[in-house]
Amino acid sequence: MELRDLYQEIIVDHNRRPRNFGALSGFTHSAQGFNPLCGDKLTLYIVIDDNDVIKEISFEGSGCAISVASASLLTESLKGQPIARADQLFAQLHEVFTNSEEPDELEKLGKLGALAGVRAYPSRVKCASLSWHALNNALHGDRTDENTATTE
Amino acid sequence: MNHTNVQAVPNTAFDVQKIRQDFPILHQQVHGKPLAYLDNAASAQRPQCVIDAVCRYETHDHANVHRGVHTLSERATQAYENAREKVRSYINAASVSECVYVRGTTEAINLVANAWGQNNVKAGDEILISWMEHHSNIVPWQMLCARTGAKLVVAPITPRGEIDMEKFAALLSDRTRLVAVGHISNALGTVNPIRDIIALAHDRDIPVLIDGAQAMPHTRVDVQDLDVDFYAFSGHKMFAPTGIGVLYAKTRYLERMPPYQGGGEMILAVNFERSVYNELPYKFEAGTPNIAGAVGLGAAIDYLGALDFAALLEHEQHLLDYATEQLSSLSGIRLIGTARKKASVVSFVLENIHAHDLGTIVDSDGVAIRTGHHCAMPVMDYFEVPATARASFAFYNTVDEIDALTNALKKAQRMFA
Repeated sequence: MELRDLYQEIIVDHNRRPRNFGALSGFTHSAQGFNPLCGDKLTLYIVIDDNDVIKEISFEGSGCAISVASASLLTESLKGQPIARADQLFAQLHEVFTNSEEPDELEKLGKLGALAGVRAYPSRVKCASLSWHALNNALHGDRTDENTATTE
Repeated sequence: MNHTNVQAVPNTAFDVQKIRQDFPILHQQVHGKPLAYLDNAASAQRPQCVIDAVCRYETHDHANVHRGVHTLSERATQAYENAREKVRSYINAASVSECVYVRGTTEAINLVANAWGQNNVKAGDEILISWMEHHSNIVPWQMLCARTGAKLVVAPITPRGEIDMEKFAALLSDRTRLVAVGHISNALGTVNPIRDIIALAHDRDIPVLIDGAQAMPHTRVDVQDLDVDFYAFSGHKMFAPTGIGVLYAKTRYLERMPPYQGGGEMILAVNFERSVYNELPYKFEAGTPNIAGAVGLGAAIDYLGALDFAALLEHEQHLLDYATEQLSSLSGIRLIGTARKKASVVSFVLENIHAHDLGTIVDSDGVAIRTGHHCAMPVMDYFEVPATARASFAFYNTVDEIDALTNALKKAQRMFA
């Protein structure tokens, strides 16, 4: 595994210029992701309309290139998508991050496939999955809780 | 070529290449590059003589200590107690009974916070620490304070990463029951003025605990000369195995402290009404100890004792100066911790590149550094960084390895440009 498989151009680009960065006013769903080991901290903001479609989505926070790029790609790939699609991607990426074998459906993930490079770096998987756990919490977490996903 | 003021030539008084032959682990490739192990503040490596001593003990001499009358038990006991005498001699404790074996610095501090804290700290009292402490010299005191209603008081640090001594002195009061500070900061490299700290505290009859985890590989410690009351350290930071460490404490404190844990070894007699505790230091060593670890610690002390420490320190200072200069030449770098007196530790952040990305990228060039909060989150908060990258050197490191680090950091900068 070469370093460039982890830090692909698309990852470096999304880290340098994160898409949909900043707080959203009028969000309907939100959750924080916190990795105490790295100090990575991000917040997802989501506006979901009456048809269960993600109308707006953004994030803010700080972290390593992998966690920032992952969050940026997440927002880009989910804007305008139904919640069901978010759940599907969450499950697929979970599979990609935790399976050592080359996943069959990598091409189906499009740009998100760039995140698959972390599989060769076990200590960095948590960086890539942080925003996705926050997403899952925002959509399905106990709303009375503080809604902080942690990956450690 | 590097244009520097600090010469990249080996220190002639200290033959680092010869020293490196003593450490088998250093001679390997990582990701196809020669390993540059620059994470010594997290854990140092073992010389062959330590590995051999542990192996010899496990192969020939192992049995439980202070139990049997058979030959192996006698041998194991002798090896274990010989190592304690080596510890005593190395730190110049007045007696072996003042050297308590523990798992490491963390357990040593917890032992004091529990056994000493129990009888000496009550509601309204204060424990004084500094802002640069490792979590293991914060959390045990927080727990003690939570149990007793005492207050944890934190002496501030300066932007250089030094304890603000004026403020420290002003925070000592009639309520202060204990001062607990690190000898050398793991996150910043700062060498604290522990003589001054001990003198200030003793003026008010306040005992002092020094967390010596980072100091033992870089300094010679004389506990009587320092007049320190408690001194805690770990074997694995000083080229011995993990899972063994020492709490040094003055007899008059140990005598008045109740046991930390109950069990075998720490008793003289047990019946169901009461037990009679063993004498020092065994009162604090419940259960079968880490005998092989103690043997390894003894061997590490023999090894350190045979080194020319003045030449060693000169070499480490050279590494620190060279690394500081080389890293300072990188664009967008900020050194975290620029104390006037430092051990060979360089903590830093690079603009626009998170420490964890740096850690992964330099590892691909065979360079091992620590990235993260270094178990010193308050230090990260003070410098307003989420994490730092840290290169920490031992006497077996070379300027070539620092060049490997610098080049790997430049590679990271190119990747993220």
